[in-house]
Amino acid sequence: MASDLPRANLQPLSLYVPEPKFRPGDTVDFTQVTIPAAGEVRRPDTADRAESFIDLAYELVRVLDDEGKAVGPWNPRLSPETLRAMLRSMALVRAFDERMFRAQRQGKTSFYMKCTGEEAVAVAAAFALDYEDMCFPSYRQQGLLIARGWSMVDMMNQIYSNKGDRLQGRQLPIMYSVKEAGFFSISGNLATQYPQAVGWAMASAAKGDTRIAATWCGEGSTAEGDFHSACTFASVYRAPVIFNVVNNQWAISSFSGFAGAESTTFAARAIGYGIAGLRVDGNDALAVYAATAWAAERARTNQGPTLIEHFTYRVEGHSTSDDPGQYRSAGEATAWPLGDPITRLKDHLIALGEWDEARHAAQDVELAEQVKKAQKEAEQNGILGHGLHQPLDTLFDGVFEEMPWHLREQQAQMLAEETASGRPWARKS
Amino acid sequence: MSAITNPADIIAPEGGPDGTARMNMIQAINSAMDVMMARDPDVIVMGEDVGYFGGVFRATAGLQAKYGKQRVFDTPITECGIIGVAVGMGAYGLRPVPEIQFADYIYPALDQLVSEAARLRYRSAGEFTSPITVRSPFGGGIFGGQTHSQSPEGIFTHVSGVKTVIPSTPYDAKGLLIAAIEDNDPTIFFEPKRIYNGPFDGHWDRPTQNWSQHPAGEVPTGYYKIELGKAKIVRPGEALTILAYGTMVHVCQAVIAEAGVDAEIIDLRTLVPLDIEAIETSVKKTGRCMIVHEATRTSGFGSELSALVQERCFYHLEAPIERVTGFDTPYPHSLEWAYFPGPVRIGEALKKVMKD
Repeated sequence: MASDLPRANLQPLSLYVPEPKFRPGDTVDFTQVTIPAAGEVRRPDTADRAESFIDLAYELVRVLDDEGKAVGPWNPRLSPETLRAMLRSMALVRAFDERMFRAQRQGKTSFYMKCTGEEAVAVAAAFALDYEDMCFPSYRQQGLLIARGWSMVDMMNQIYSNKGDRLQGRQLPIMYSVKEAGFFSISGNLATQYPQAVGWAMASAAKGDTRIAATWCGEGSTAEGDFHSACTFASVYRAPVIFNVVNNQWAISSFSGFAGAESTTFAARAIGYGIAGLRVDGNDALAVYAATAWAAERARTNQGPTLIEHFTYRVEGHSTSDDPGQYRSAGEATAWPLGDPITRLKDHLIALGEWDEARHAAQDVELAEQVKKAQKEAEQNGILGHGLHQPLDTLFDGVFEEMPWHLREQQAQMLAEETASGRPWARKS
Repeated sequence: MSAITNPADIIAPEGGPDGTARMNMIQAINSAMDVMMARDPDVIVMGEDVGYFGGVFRATAGLQAKYGKQRVFDTPITECGIIGVAVGMGAYGLRPVPEIQFADYIYPALDQLVSEAARLRYRSAGEFTSPITVRSPFGGGIFGGQTHSQSPEGIFTHVSGVKTVIPSTPYDAKGLLIAAIEDNDPTIFFEPKRIYNGPFDGHWDRPTQNWSQHPAGEVPTGYYKIELGKAKIVRPGEALTILAYGTMVHVCQAVIAEAGVDAEIIDLRTLVPLDIEAIETSVKKTGRCMIVHEATRTSGFGSELSALVQERCFYHLEAPIERVTGFDTPYPHSLEWAYFPGPVRIGEALKKVMKD
């Protein structure tokens, strides 16, 4: 209880609670967001000590300028073939998202999460990493799997929890796990993957391996203790790991100010830990590629971890379960000053004379068809809306390597319930 | 890489597989890690103060000197980080044995244990596993106050996908720890620190014993293991069944010796998976059951044991099941011996369960 007795001469305290600039119905004006020109930020040598470039945590590494030209020291000078492959992957991610979002709305599954506007963050990173490098993603890096060429049918089987689901219907849709593609099992608990990525990287280093780890979380999740534990561990042991903070401005309905964005950048978190920090235009695939390649080079040469803040914007809702129109202005996505990552890479290829609008439109049609074909194939294995596709007796598998008596007993109870219900379910063949 | 995996660098355990030595529980635990590190280059030990110093209880003494800093190392003081990193190492293919310095400090690691380590095999349908063994000293009786005395085993027995092991002797500690390290699922290995140096009879005002006089202080120097999920009948008897683990096994032995009751004492050793057969057989034989643990009473593991015995042995019971536990208060400092479920509390419960 506050005291009733005022203390003379002291100003009363007041609690500050952040508030986003724009709420539903507001006109959006992003002129206060500082966007430096492309090509202006210096590129330190990968062998430089982190403390020698702390300014980069407050800058914004950008390669693609407004005319679609790649400029400055961070230009990764990729071949047209690579650029086209990256563009194709990003467009495929978007087509996949569109189709699966609609599938959820049609009642074919329970949940979906799009990454619209953030395609470059995952796809360009996947291109810059080696295929053998291990990824510890959050739930919005489907672009890693697409860019690594993983089967969309397999991803959809998971989304549908159908009989082809490699995870046997155990996980919420999009919580993929693909060990073969270096993609760690996604957790719904935020930032838990951060210390895990560090552990994986430390193990790789201790074994004299050559593979590195990369992990992703949203700016909101940087508030989790796991994030800070991971930074401490990575700094202490100089773990070969890349920390990606996807600053898409929104954590469900909480704007980045609730993670501390009003006071500093997320890249600046690196400075206190003495690790390399970069702040990058997350809608610029070439900047993401260049930063990831630079961080990977540091990791591979035992220079330790790098934290990359990808400054981007979450164009859609958090998931199929929220309506962003309820908490933010609908004008934000179009007003976002960094544009759309696919359009920007497309414009770059066109400026290079390596692409044109007609080919792009044709590719979009082709990719939509490809996704549709994959969807049809996946739906042969069933959709969540049509009931249970997993054999009933698998419910108890994999809690432990071997099933202890108490689970066997509960399994028998479940099978007896099935008999009592008069509705037989599928069994393991 | 060669420094870690070259078989020539692996040091054979001293004494050979047939030799035994007198060990206290610390030495037995140290020996278990030593044996496993020698056998398996993927076993690594990490935790606060475990490296050069060898641990605040000396459980990891000498291991860093023997196996190197890459396999035995100190960590930052972040239990969340220690377990999270161990999960990542497990995903890589290592077999980490992290230490949480006191069980009272394990709570910052709960999310990584409950939502990650314990769930990884299931949620990834076996693509990734967490073959980690979390060692942690637990329990009271050392004037540790509320932050060095707790018994949080019931938190973990409530979690699907994690095993919970609690030894009561040096011999068991080594054999169980080796089994836990070899196990491909995450295991919480709680070490009753009151009996690190010797069995404790619950009489805090009498001189303490050490393990050198106890038969279970004779420990093989080499490799052996005790299967997880197997209880041990410490003392066969006919009058009642006492279910206990850790320090309380010894306290119960002292109490029934003083009371002259022919109790059958079962040391559970593993709480999950539980040896239900041993419990059921014994209670059906004796018709009476007393459950003893240090942990707080409400929702303690004793509640689960009591429910199981009631479900399976109801028609054999001649008296209500008795639970003897710590009180539902924070663990006190100066009033430790009023809190601790010692000979008086157990003795009173014994009278109740033996009445009629």
